[in-house]
Amino acid sequence: MQNAFIAFPWAVALILLPLAGAIFCFLFPRLNRTLGLMTSFGIGVAVVGLGWQLQEHGIYRHAVSGWGAPLGIELYADGLSLLMLATTALVGFAISVYSTAYFNPTLSIRFWPIWLCLLAALNALFLSADIFNLYVTLELLGLSAVALTALTGSKEALSGGMRYLLATLLASLAYLLGVALLYHNFGSVDITLLAQQIHASPATWAALGLMGAGLMLKTAIFPLHFWLPPAHGSAPAPVSALLSALVIKASFYILLRLWFTLFEPIIESETINSLLGLLGCAAIIWGSVQAMRQTRLKLLIAYSTVAQIGYLFLVFPLATSMGSTAWSGAAYIIISHALAKSAMFLSAGNLLTFGGHDRISDLDRVVQRLPLTAAAFGLAGVSIMGLPPSGGFIGKWLLLEAAMIQQRWDLVAVMILGGLLAAAYIFKVIGRTFTQAPVTHEAQSVSATMQWSALLLAIGAILLGFLALPVLSLLNISDPTITSGVGL
Amino acid sequence: MNPANFYALVGIGLFSIGLFALIMNDHLLRKILAINIMGSGVFLILVALGKRAENIPADPVPHAMVITGIVVAVSATALALTLMLRVAAETGQAILPDEGEK
Repeated sequence: MQNAFIAFPWAVALILLPLAGAIFCFLFPRLNRTLGLMTSFGIGVAVVGLGWQLQEHGIYRHAVSGWGAPLGIELYADGLSLLMLATTALVGFAISVYSTAYFNPTLSIRFWPIWLCLLAALNALFLSADIFNLYVTLELLGLSAVALTALTGSKEALSGGMRYLLATLLASLAYLLGVALLYHNFGSVDITLLAQQIHASPATWAALGLMGAGLMLKTAIFPLHFWLPPAHGSAPAPVSALLSALVIKASFYILLRLWFTLFEPIIESETINSLLGLLGCAAIIWGSVQAMRQTRLKLLIAYSTVAQIGYLFLVFPLATSMGSTAWSGAAYIIISHALAKSAMFLSAGNLLTFGGHDRISDLDRVVQRLPLTAAAFGLAGVSIMGLPPSGGFIGKWLLLEAAMIQQRWDLVAVMILGGLLAAAYIFKVIGRTFTQAPVTHEAQSVSATMQWSALLLAIGAILLGFLALPVLSLLNISDPTITSGVGL
Repeated sequence: MNPANFYALVGIGLFSIGLFALIMNDHLLRKILAINIMGSGVFLILVALGKRAENIPADPVPHAMVITGIVVAVSATALALTLMLRVAAETGQAILPDEGEK
């Protein structure tokens, strides 16, 4: 029994299960909620199975239908992919539970097939080991994310979705051109094989620039964030949650992989990494200041995402290799931000359902009337600000530690300033929830499912602060040939 | 210059023209066409660089990639056109609102 559990190809199930779920949701619209929830739960089980395999055997490789690299498509999982998959499964399940109560039947029929498609794309992306497969999954992800953004069909959602689509297509094409150049020069698309033979040449630099720019546009790092606030601000709440928590992390994950495995041998000059760090600093400050200026809650949360992406980019000037302090810090911020930000967007959805608007100044005595939602927002805020004990604190602390060891006081200052600014915009919202608004309004009831799923995500973000050791030890399951041998 | 490099350069040219048109034009249909031209440029580069030497058959892997790419491009274009029609039906014109607008 146990052997069968370990031998089962969980990685394949992670891709096929949501895909099958999406098709069945489309074919049997009446059962969409049940099917969707079951699929989402199944993904969780598969991640546990894959995690077990990784614990037993180290990194996982699966040659699809028996064809290995360089010709075939290989699935690959190490600690980083496992953590991304686990985050996706956890946040995805909470969003699925929330969505069963959030959407009316018409929207529900449209939501579930696309959402499960998006989950399949995410899982496939985190399991891919070659740059062309990553392109395909990026496109799948982008198209389903755009379709979800425009789901409600309102004017803002449609134009937000359209802008998002143009940005994401442009980014994918830049990435694909980079793939073409790399394949032409080195005759492979497998990341490990490429990393063994890559050397600096004009074509490699062009590929690095194109792929980097494309992925940065998709990750919405300042100043390429123009599409993010309209898309994340106008989408339905669970969709905003999954876009901010999971979708932008996917392109950042590819960027991390490319930078620290594929391009590692040729990025010797500090210039590129300093430039990325500079963009990160600018994003932290610009995003936080913009967040403070917003009058609508969802736009405030969206700009907060722009700021938090900035922290992720500080990994490039600080980390020297996979597994270093700054690198673990960035990975930790990815997870805790995913939990906290989805909790925030789901809370915003509750407030929107409750009052029919998300104007911050008109939040009316929410603490007394929706205590669970207010608690969820507050706890998620603790993690976003990076206060102990929370996941956000651990991630930012690891980054700060790396910056202090390397005596990068400029980065230390920006990180601390970013925390203060985050506190300012979060307390701006929390302050309003206690008081009576000048214009009181009819309150709509908010279902317990929606309140609890937001609260549990926020509690998860706090609990991450206590789980640092096990999570970091999972993260360190990696390929020894990549971290030590190849680059030398 | 051998033909493969010539076609690759043409591909880069198409990519650049498409990028220029994507940024400069306001109308959504033109933007979608621009994206398609950029895509064709990338596909041309992939196919052209697949040619290895005079007497050896061309490398089939880029061709497979281009076919995948075309499938992606077709579905992306379909989604983009549908969205454009919906935007036009809602706002009366197929143009995105100003970015500075809050």
